[in-house]
Amino acid sequence: MSEARRAPETPTMVMTTNKEILKRIEYTGDMLLNMGPQHPSTHGVINFLVQTDGEVMKRAIPEVGYLHRSLEKIAEKVGYNGFMPYTDRVDYIAAMFANQGYAMAVEKILDIKVPKRAEYCRVIAVELNRISSHLIAAGTMAMDIGAVTPFPYALREREFINDLLEELCGARLTYNYLRIGGVAFDLPDGYTEKVSGFLDHFEKILVEFDRLLTFNEIFVQRLAHLAVIPAEMAIDYCLVGPNLRASGVDFDVRRDIPYSVYPELQFDVPLGKGLVGTPGDCWDRFYCRVEEMKQSCRILRQALAQIQPGETMAKLPRKLKPEEGLEAYSRIESARGDMMYYVVAGGGESAWRCKVRTGSFTAMGIIDILSRGLMVADLVALIASFDVVAPEIDR
Amino acid sequence: MTFEEIHSALAAKLGDRVGPLQAARKDAYCVVRADAIVEACRFLKTDPATAFDCLQNLSAVDGFKAAPMIKVVYHLYSYSKRHTFILKVELDRATPVIDSVESVWKAADWLEREQYDLLGVVFTNHPDLRRIMLPDDWVGHPLLKDYKEPGDYHNISHTRESPLDGFVRMDELKKKIAAEKAAETAASAPKKELLQ
Repeated sequence: MSEARRAPETPTMVMTTNKEILKRIEYTGDMLLNMGPQHPSTHGVINFLVQTDGEVMKRAIPEVGYLHRSLEKIAEKVGYNGFMPYTDRVDYIAAMFANQGYAMAVEKILDIKVPKRAEYCRVIAVELNRISSHLIAAGTMAMDIGAVTPFPYALREREFINDLLEELCGARLTYNYLRIGGVAFDLPDGYTEKVSGFLDHFEKILVEFDRLLTFNEIFVQRLAHLAVIPAEMAIDYCLVGPNLRASGVDFDVRRDIPYSVYPELQFDVPLGKGLVGTPGDCWDRFYCRVEEMKQSCRILRQALAQIQPGETMAKLPRKLKPEEGLEAYSRIESARGDMMYYVVAGGGESAWRCKVRTGSFTAMGIIDILSRGLMVADLVALIASFDVVAPEIDR
Repeated sequence: MTFEEIHSALAAKLGDRVGPLQAARKDAYCVVRADAIVEACRFLKTDPATAFDCLQNLSAVDGFKAAPMIKVVYHLYSYSKRHTFILKVELDRATPVIDSVESVWKAADWLEREQYDLLGVVFTNHPDLRRIMLPDDWVGHPLLKDYKEPGDYHNISHTRESPLDGFVRMDELKKKIAAEKAAETAASAPKKELLQ
């Protein structure tokens, strides 16, 4: 428990094809274990080719692409506004963020000024979504390593948020709430009181959640010192969001590259400090999310107090047709970290190219190197600690 | 550092292999010659003034009809200096080949594999260049503008018959029947006259 279970090492030669992997496994007498694509703890259809020697993994190679729906190609076919519902499917656990990133990239191209009230509506929707996404992350992480009880606890709270978001935009999962230039609907009557009421209830639940799970001795023993990622390695592999902050990198897009109305809101950026283990271990990644939920509550309370009446949609031309060759990128702090949309306008009514760089995609890239020397059972904890979502990897 | 300062530092190192700073189109970028990309990236990462420790995004864009080339775009970010820069490389559309920057940033591994898969850009010296999203035996690179869908994959069709084919609306059906009846009576009426 006192020392890290494995030290990170530099990657050695990587084999080129799966056939070669199989050949090598045959040669060395190791076992090949196919974990997935249909496996409850891979968080979607992801396959891991696990080369094991008994219980110890030599390496786990992630094979992704099972959920590839060519969203980037669709963006080139449908119009700028028409792509908005598709962005929900980039990350269906936290669809508001995918909406926001895309909307911000197109607004940057078209020089659209979003009204203040719309920005506040966005922040309220997005922070609610962040809480619900982190609840899933925390709940499923507990379930993946064998604690079933916290999962329904987390999902029960998420239901309240689903109800709130349903009242806001009519959908419970793929919201399609944001529009280029604003939001689709204003806050319904009495929404402020309802969200405040939920926050009063939820802040108490978070304390309970900490008692139930976060500082639970078994949970801590299971996750502390496991799969430590040093800060340089996290940056080199382009880890983002809570995964990056757990390694001690003090960076949050909301604070460091301010967008929307975040400069007007006060919040802290929780970092992994190695409270029970080494900084950057699985428990830190989990705890960063729990702390972020508390900060989201803070942001929500301020946003609800500061929101002023006004327009919720900017004046836009009927057809969006930016000049050919204009391009812009947007970065937002999604629930899964820094999400980047890179949109190139082609002169027509749809984007020439739309590239989505998501947190889950880069997080999957680091699993191969981290898995070397871990136990097979710890792979599940490692995947869960990254909070990867399969559609966001494959798009 | 501002875009201009970073660009001048890069230009001082690489000379004429770095193009001028293009600032007219929203985000300033500069074009680097393909043979200088690894050198440019390594310089930007290791130089203490620029210190670009993270490759944020790597995307390839199939050129416009007017300019048939594939552009590879590197979005760089520095966590220590908190500044950003964009590099672009223009490649021949028929044979898009470029050196991999995997040796500079590990994040490039998967990002380059994705662009190889979807746009067919070949990254030389990449340790594991194979398809990532699509199956290994897929034909073509879908994000190219002239990509044609192969029609099927292992006899799994990419298209399906529209369930609305042969579907007739009820009110149109009624109209059709009424029209047929009217035509029938119109056709039978003169016969009666003939019989009389």
